[in-house]
Amino acid sequence: MTAAASGPSAGPPQAGPHPPGGSTAVSRRRGAPAYYRFKPYNVGRWVVWGLYAVVMWVAPMVWGSSLALTMLSQMGIAVIACLAFNMLLGQGGMLSFGHAVYSGLGSFFAIHTLNMVSKGQLSLPVSMVPLVAGFFGMLFALMLGFVTTRKAGTPFAMITLGVGELVWAMSLMFPGFFGGEGGISGNRVAGQPFLGITFGPQVQLYYLIALYAFVCTAAMFAFTRTPLGRMLNAVRDNPERVEFIGYNTQYVRYFAFIASGFFMGISGGLAALNFEIVTAEVVNALRSGAFLLFTFLGGAVFFFGPIIGAVLMVLALVLLSEITQAWLLYMGLVFTFMVMYAPGGISALIMMNLRVASFGKLRPLLGCYLALAGTGAGILVGAGAMIEMVYHLQLNVALGDQMKFMGATINAKGLDSWFGAALVLLVSTALFEMTRREFVRQWGSTQEEIEREIKKREALV
Amino acid sequence: MDLSFFLISLLNGLSVGLLLFMLASGLTLIFSMMGVLNFAHASFYMLGAYVAFTLTQALGFWWGLVVAPPVVGVMGALFERFALRRVRKFGHVPELLITFGLSYIILEMVQLVWGRQPLNFQPPESLRGPLFTIVDLPTSLGLSWGMPPEICKTTAGAICTQFPSFRAFGMGVAVLMLVAVWLVLTRTRIGLVIQASLTHPDAVESLGHNVPRVMMLVFGGGTALAALAGVIGGALRVTEPSMALSVGAVVFAVIVIGGMGSLAGAFIASVALGVIESFAVGSDRSLVDFFGWLGMQMSPDTFGYAVWSVKMSQVAAILPFMLLVLILIFRPKGLLGTREG
Repeated sequence: MTAAASGPSAGPPQAGPHPPGGSTAVSRRRGAPAYYRFKPYNVGRWVVWGLYAVVMWVAPMVWGSSLALTMLSQMGIAVIACLAFNMLLGQGGMLSFGHAVYSGLGSFFAIHTLNMVSKGQLSLPVSMVPLVAGFFGMLFALMLGFVTTRKAGTPFAMITLGVGELVWAMSLMFPGFFGGEGGISGNRVAGQPFLGITFGPQVQLYYLIALYAFVCTAAMFAFTRTPLGRMLNAVRDNPERVEFIGYNTQYVRYFAFIASGFFMGISGGLAALNFEIVTAEVVNALRSGAFLLFTFLGGAVFFFGPIIGAVLMVLALVLLSEITQAWLLYMGLVFTFMVMYAPGGISALIMMNLRVASFGKLRPLLGCYLALAGTGAGILVGAGAMIEMVYHLQLNVALGDQMKFMGATINAKGLDSWFGAALVLLVSTALFEMTRREFVRQWGSTQEEIEREIKKREALV
Repeated sequence: MDLSFFLISLLNGLSVGLLLFMLASGLTLIFSMMGVLNFAHASFYMLGAYVAFTLTQALGFWWGLVVAPPVVGVMGALFERFALRRVRKFGHVPELLITFGLSYIILEMVQLVWGRQPLNFQPPESLRGPLFTIVDLPTSLGLSWGMPPEICKTTAGAICTQFPSFRAFGMGVAVLMLVAVWLVLTRTRIGLVIQASLTHPDAVESLGHNVPRVMMLVFGGGTALAALAGVIGGALRVTEPSMALSVGAVVFAVIVIGGMGSLAGAFIASVALGVIESFAVGSDRSLVDFFGWLGMQMSPDTFGYAVWSVKMSQVAAILPFMLLVLILIFRPKGLLGTREG
């Protein structure tokens, strides 16, 4: 993790170096700050957050179909979950393999609460149900987190995996609460409508989810600015030194874990309202793996990275899985290459290019980007055709040898189609490697120029 | 509890435990050497079973047993060389993440090549029958080698429990492997280099050994051990795409319980888990019985009856994780572990 990791900021870099949280806390305690701090009105931040709200507001008007609405709702849910996951991964350096437990248990408590509201045993507005789920997510994080956060790093990852398996196995053991194979279903139109809002139509639920997503995003961003959030970054970067200062790293991890569990629970509660059915799948390892995979793809080093990841997650789970049966393979490959070549995820790629652009040096790189995209698409077509042909032969033998690939009909057993795919793959891989080398050279020289520029500016000051 | 049940549960538990240890040993070696938790370790186990299945179809089981582990080991070594080594400079979390990505790829590749249905992977003809049968007569307890004796069919009160030869064979392979790994690590030159690189990689490097290559070797060796376990485990249980996930989580529990990076701890933990699990599977007692023994009567109206009435055999699958939680509360460094944190 680079220096970029220490300043998770949504929006353009803030003016001037930001004093660490500790020193502001100290000066605040002493009364008025002893020095004048230049603090301009942060226009960038207001613009970014305003845009975020506007996008959420306008999205269902632009994409109004029922499929789009369901996807947008799921995106809102996923945004909360991925951001909560990133509280651990990005800000705490903790890799959890069992985080679906907290959203999943939240879902179960939400659906049971909803059913109690439907039966009239409990008087609670439906819009408050996710908060109940968040409370239970927090409660379980409080109990299980005490065990898992005793360790950091790799052992932490293994323990969360074990706890995840434990909860998943238990969910099959107690069909009374978890509903066994069939799950538990409910009806979100329950209780008294408020101002005519029954949450029956998907749009109404979408706006509830959007509201929750916005508030939770803001709350989680605020969390990164609290002393606890700052200490969490410190624990990630240098736990030994934190202990020397006098903090207990275990408690810092524990408290962050609880906070993360709360937001996971909220996302689980919203998911329960959205699908109106909760099955034991919501706590299993596959779900936890998806949170990890897409949070990382979006980028763990910047605060806004998981939002990109969440959008990608819903697109992949809903659309990509419709297009191809091999989508998990593609996701695995993309993920592996991302870890190898761009460990900061998509958000880091964006920020790196923004930096280059802000120095006005993006234009010479555009040619390279175009060539990379072209040859990359070639690789995708070649490899994709081969993978799809194998899948077709393996799974759809009954449908014959002919299959559709990107609009063209090809013969999965024909020598020419295999030969063609291999040729496309080989040629584009070779071209890609050539462009990549050229790109690495250009990128390096651009970075050097930027460094020199920065030095020059510093010298002027 | 009668004696024949006890004996057969013990033997079954030992065989499961030894199989677990075959997996856990490779994982522990890789972890203590490189600090990398190989998340895809169980995927290599699965790959071993599938490769051995294909070889068995073509050449027979014995070739599968001998050839599959080196083949998978080479794959593991190549992965270390071209992917894992590249991310080492980013730190431990990306290393863990890349093996996590690999587990997805292997799972999908296996489904791509071999399909999603369970395979009919059987032990060889010569190892299919029972090795011995424990005959439990009302009057005496006996043991008979080979096929079950006539007395099982003729006597009414006789309980005959068979112990399959392939299970015994698997135990034999595991013990042989254990001895071989121990000999290689303590008696050969390369083993000494490996041991030295565990603790003092810089010193070993300055003595002129190629430490990255040693790491590649250890990674390949560890995955080969996993594949060997896969050949045995695949033929003993079911060869199917979900076999990696079900075993993987248990193996992780094993090495945390035993203490991260401790081979002896991993051995104790895996055998203990195997035995406990096998006794639990064979028991249909529940907490209700226990309270009844204490003199407290429980009925379906009692608060939390769903929890109290769960049978031991149902709990068996989650026992490793419950033990994991208990160990973490009472002894966070594991049974024989030395490091905290």
